[in-house]
Amino acid sequence: MRVDLAKEEQVNTNAAPVTVFHSSGGWITGKLHELWNYRELLWVLTLRNVQIRYKQSILGIAWAVLQPLALMLIFTLVFSALLKVPSEGVPYPIFSYSALLFWTFFSNSLNNAIPSLEDNAALIKKIYFPREFFPISSILAAVFDLLIAAVIFLGMMFYYHVSFTLNILYVIPLLIIQTIFTMGVCFIFSALNAYYRDVKYALPLVIQLWLYATPIIYPLSSVPERFRLYYMLNPMAGIIESYRNVLVKGIAPDTFYVGVAAAGAVLLFILGYWYFKRIEMTIADIV
Amino acid sequence: MNAVTVENVSKRYRKGRTGYHTLREDIYNLTGRLISLGGDKRRDTDAEHIWALQNVSFQIEQGERVGVIGRNGSGKTTLLRLMAGITRPTHGKIMVRGRLGVLIEIMAGFHPELTGRENIYLNGAIMGMSQKEIKRKFDEIVAFAELEDFIDTPIKRFSSGMHVRLGFAVAAHLDPDILLIDEVLAVGDAAFQKKCLGKMEDAAQEGRTVVFVSHNMASVINLCPRAILLVAGKKYSDGPSSDIIAEYIETAGTGQGERIWSDPKTAPGNEKIRLHSVRIVSDGQVTSEVDIQKDVYIEIEFWNFKPGALIHTSIHLLDKMGYGVLASANMHSANLIRDEWFSKPHPVGLYRTVCTLPGNLLNEGRYSINAIVLTDIMDIEVFAAEAISFTVHDSGAMRKEYGGGWLGVVRPKLAWRTEYLEPLVDSQQKGNK
Repeated sequence: MRVDLAKEEQVNTNAAPVTVFHSSGGWITGKLHELWNYRELLWVLTLRNVQIRYKQSILGIAWAVLQPLALMLIFTLVFSALLKVPSEGVPYPIFSYSALLFWTFFSNSLNNAIPSLEDNAALIKKIYFPREFFPISSILAAVFDLLIAAVIFLGMMFYYHVSFTLNILYVIPLLIIQTIFTMGVCFIFSALNAYYRDVKYALPLVIQLWLYATPIIYPLSSVPERFRLYYMLNPMAGIIESYRNVLVKGIAPDTFYVGVAAAGAVLLFILGYWYFKRIEMTIADIV
Repeated sequence: MNAVTVENVSKRYRKGRTGYHTLREDIYNLTGRLISLGGDKRRDTDAEHIWALQNVSFQIEQGERVGVIGRNGSGKTTLLRLMAGITRPTHGKIMVRGRLGVLIEIMAGFHPELTGRENIYLNGAIMGMSQKEIKRKFDEIVAFAELEDFIDTPIKRFSSGMHVRLGFAVAAHLDPDILLIDEVLAVGDAAFQKKCLGKMEDAAQEGRTVVFVSHNMASVINLCPRAILLVAGKKYSDGPSSDIIAEYIETAGTGQGERIWSDPKTAPGNEKIRLHSVRIVSDGQVTSEVDIQKDVYIEIEFWNFKPGALIHTSIHLLDKMGYGVLASANMHSANLIRDEWFSKPHPVGLYRTVCTLPGNLLNEGRYSINAIVLTDIMDIEVFAAEAISFTVHDSGAMRKEYGGGWLGVVRPKLAWRTEYLEPLVDSQQKGNK
């Protein structure tokens, strides 16, 4: 295990790095340095998560596609064919898939990252490395699924003759905002789950409810104007709506909505990371 | 220069409720705390917590090999976990200079679905090796683990012995500046253990700093010139291993090598006979830690409630795995001396029977005793399974020439003699050529 030390704690200039363990962990100061030293491990852990995900399953990697695809088919049947939910002039399958693609990334991340400290308890009790690698590597592994599922999306774009515009490039900052938000959520709730297993049991229900509180099945325009502001406090609402705008409708995202989502994401990330690092000191005693 | 500095380190744990709890419990506790607001808050927290370590300080110089010893619950493992950064001290600080390697239950980083090869890369990374470094040492690691033929098999198909070998092989190639070892030698077969011990000795000879936490006094003596003794979370003493281990054996036992059942209604046994106590006495003291050279007295006290009963007493001695080492009883034909109470009707009352296990009989390690009291030779009235246990420590008395462990469940000191029979005659010498 190799741990380097924050600059202010460097006792002398001897070649061997000194590590100091004390009660007050401090937080980001000096920790970024540590993260950098361990970067290879983060990659290895991500790779492990990808490798083990579909081991001993017949369909293997196809599950990454099957999940959003099946939801899309069900939603199309139930909400479009039967309930006639509007889709703003866009074919409903691509309307819902453009949202489900990124929603699946979000829900997979939560499902894998939130129990990750508990799942790796044996490791946490035996050896030290930055504990945030468990939720982060789970999220990065979900990116892999996202990429696979995106291939289907490209196929659908061609099939429905959706024209590509330069606005598609907005996907990159949107994805960054979504990842930051996801990390914030996962930091808080993976840490909480180490203390209270209730989190894990509530998770499927919360994800389900969250899906309905996000414009996935229905367009944002069907949310009444007077509730719109509260509705947009859910950062996933602004993010998902924006993906649909830039990918399917070919228009630029609403800067206000994206701004709100980005601010929420950054705030939650900072809060989440602070909380995570605070409990990191004693996580091995608790999990 | 100090490789490890431990400064006034204390560690507090929550009592009884280690591990997770539900939100409901914590809300309940929180409410309790709010209600008792203004009450004596400090007493409340002290009652809920336990100090695993208190004000421990020491320094370890670069290249030193130090054993950390103590009874179960003395804080040894906590100390090691703190040094490894797995958990943080409640007070105080620990400074570690150089790359740290930790051998704590080395299989922790393995994933059963991954192959041996994938697991070597994964575990290596977890232990702090770069992928390049692992690649360079890969063949060496596989050869050390003797797993060349299985390296592309998922390790869930491995035997437990194979797991251990793979785990240690990765750890052994870590090349740390400071090696922390927690009882890894307790696993694997004898041949592999020897290999591991050799690797650790190499590490020591190469000038690495080694901190070895162990119950195994013999390996501490072999590996570490210096030892630190922890008693109830505090540093009790620190010095040359042989002195500290002697101290450990002396001090550790008090009050532990004894079990008493004070209520004659509920003690093991039946309406005829009940067990009152079982104790281990060695070197004039009640103790659970025994010097390998010293006689061990197993004292069994029982109440007889049936006037005129014909009683005899017996023991089973079991090793740490629960296998029988020997059985013995105070019947005349099985007794080295004469027990006047055997075959005599016992009046109602309390009795004590003592069995002597000679020194230099048992091997080092943990043993337990089944205490048995019978009537009329055949009828078992009391059978207290594993009523008491004790640990035999090798003080190094039989290791002046050969330092390793002795094979077997027992390690008696036997009589040996060699005689010179005759010189070789000329024809035999020639025949040899």
